[in-house]
Amino acid sequence: MERALRAVSRFVDRRQSLVFPAPAVAVLFLIVVLPIAFNLYLTFNKWTIGLGEPRFIGLDNFVELFTDERVWNGTKVMIYFSGASLALELALGLAIALYFNRSFKGSELVQAIYIIPFAATPVAVALIWRIMLNPEIGVINYLLTSVGLPPSLWVSSERMVIPSLVMVDVWKWTPMITLIVLAGLKSLPADPYEAARMDGASPLQIFWYITLPMIRPVLIAALMLRSLDNLKEFDMIYTITQGGPGIASETLYLYSYTVGFNFFKAGYGSALMVVVFLIVLVFNVVMNRLRHDSPAL
Amino acid sequence: MTKKQMTGTLKGVLFYAGAVALCVPPLFVFVWMILTGLKTGVQNISYPPEFFFVPTLENFRAVFQQYNFFRYLINSLVIATLATGISLALGLPAAYSIAKYRQNKIGIIILIARMTPFVSYLLPWYIIFRYLKLIDTFTALTITHLIITMPMVIWLMVSFFESVPTELEDAAMIDGCSRWQSFRIIVLPLVRNGIATSAIMSFIFSWNQFLFSLILSGPKTKTVPVAVYNFISYGKIDWAGIGAAATLIVLPVSVFAFFVRKSIVQGLTMGALKD
Repeated sequence: MERALRAVSRFVDRRQSLVFPAPAVAVLFLIVVLPIAFNLYLTFNKWTIGLGEPRFIGLDNFVELFTDERVWNGTKVMIYFSGASLALELALGLAIALYFNRSFKGSELVQAIYIIPFAATPVAVALIWRIMLNPEIGVINYLLTSVGLPPSLWVSSERMVIPSLVMVDVWKWTPMITLIVLAGLKSLPADPYEAARMDGASPLQIFWYITLPMIRPVLIAALMLRSLDNLKEFDMIYTITQGGPGIASETLYLYSYTVGFNFFKAGYGSALMVVVFLIVLVFNVVMNRLRHDSPAL
Repeated sequence: MTKKQMTGTLKGVLFYAGAVALCVPPLFVFVWMILTGLKTGVQNISYPPEFFFVPTLENFRAVFQQYNFFRYLINSLVIATLATGISLALGLPAAYSIAKYRQNKIGIIILIARMTPFVSYLLPWYIIFRYLKLIDTFTALTITHLIITMPMVIWLMVSFFESVPTELEDAAMIDGCSRWQSFRIIVLPLVRNGIATSAIMSFIFSWNQFLFSLILSGPKTKTVPVAVYNFISYGKIDWAGIGAAATLIVLPVSVFAFFVRKSIVQGLTMGALKD
């Protein structure tokens, strides 16, 4: 017994780079890689879950993508929602990080309160937003009208639904960008700032010519991290609008869920999910390029 | 007052105005959530909305007694704990090895896992679990939550392990430690901050997970995000119930996050600020 143990220990010693990651890699293979492979297999098949067997149809699912109105709608909604929310979160996140970068009395407490939404369960807070945004009896319209501003239909109107969802997303996720950018700001070297001040640069010039170029890789890293979840935003949109009114807030991702789990069309749904994956991949590859390029000055 | 003093005061005022502007949106939503839970159904749909009223705990009682919410809280707790524990047990050695031997190929699997839409996993898993009759079991939910928590734990821990100097380990080896011993006795205590951070992040993300549980849970294993969502049913919305249930879900995780916010900040920045 002891000898066996010692043999195992020696094996681990010699093959640590194999033994240590093996269990995790095996599990990841089982729970991540295999389902993805199955998903890819399904894209070449026509199959309604619960009805018969998958039938090979080649690339027909991908051809169908181009003729499906809801795919175009979903792409447009996705670009609108993600473009607006990511841009706002990045801009606000940077501005607020600059604000927190100067220490002031009580800054710790303000920061602690400000980041509360980050950990809050998305479904639960989305439901509260849904209540607050109710056009007839919601508290937000009440507050707006009581200071003389016009009420809005919010998520009940096709025109306002995306801006409303962007608002909720910004509320929930800007703190995350802020925290990452703030850590980046705190790690910037002090020398360039001293030199610039000696040369009499204005605060705006310092921000534009020193802070921004130096913080750029961090900004892009934060954007990439956020985009992983934002491009696949589900909980909040599903809870507040379920893609409505009509399909006005149905992103491509939400549509892929509907095809898979409401229509039970496994093959076509899988094809849609592959498209979503490719969008996330391309976005991140491009951003990664931008991050490593030297800033154009 | 000199001009300098005046700009100083002005700056101070602006700073505190900024502080208020940053605190109001999160606090308002939280207060409104709690108030919704403390109002009766009728009060919740009255207009103008009531800010001052006699609070009732009736909704909380109903949530526990009629809707069996305690069960769902336990379910979420069990699944988040299992997912976090397994992720750490398997993820720590893996992350250590990736950091030490620069096993970037494994890193790519992690990256793909994080980029793939959750629905892409959900469809195959739904089909498999249906076939194996594992829908509405803790096994099914824990496995799917691992898809999120394990890559997250490994991703974070690689950065922490990279900051451990190899000299310490070499010294331990010279003193006759095996690889496993030096990992357990020397390396792990050095990254205990990182372990805490990734455990916290993993727990929060599992607790908040909605999509997998929406499809794969059932009466026995329903988690809290699905339970609160179910207050919307057949076009009727039980606002008071949502308020009480949301408070019960969000408050524990937020209070927890408040106390460990240093770890969360570290977790976020460690994950983002590396190549």
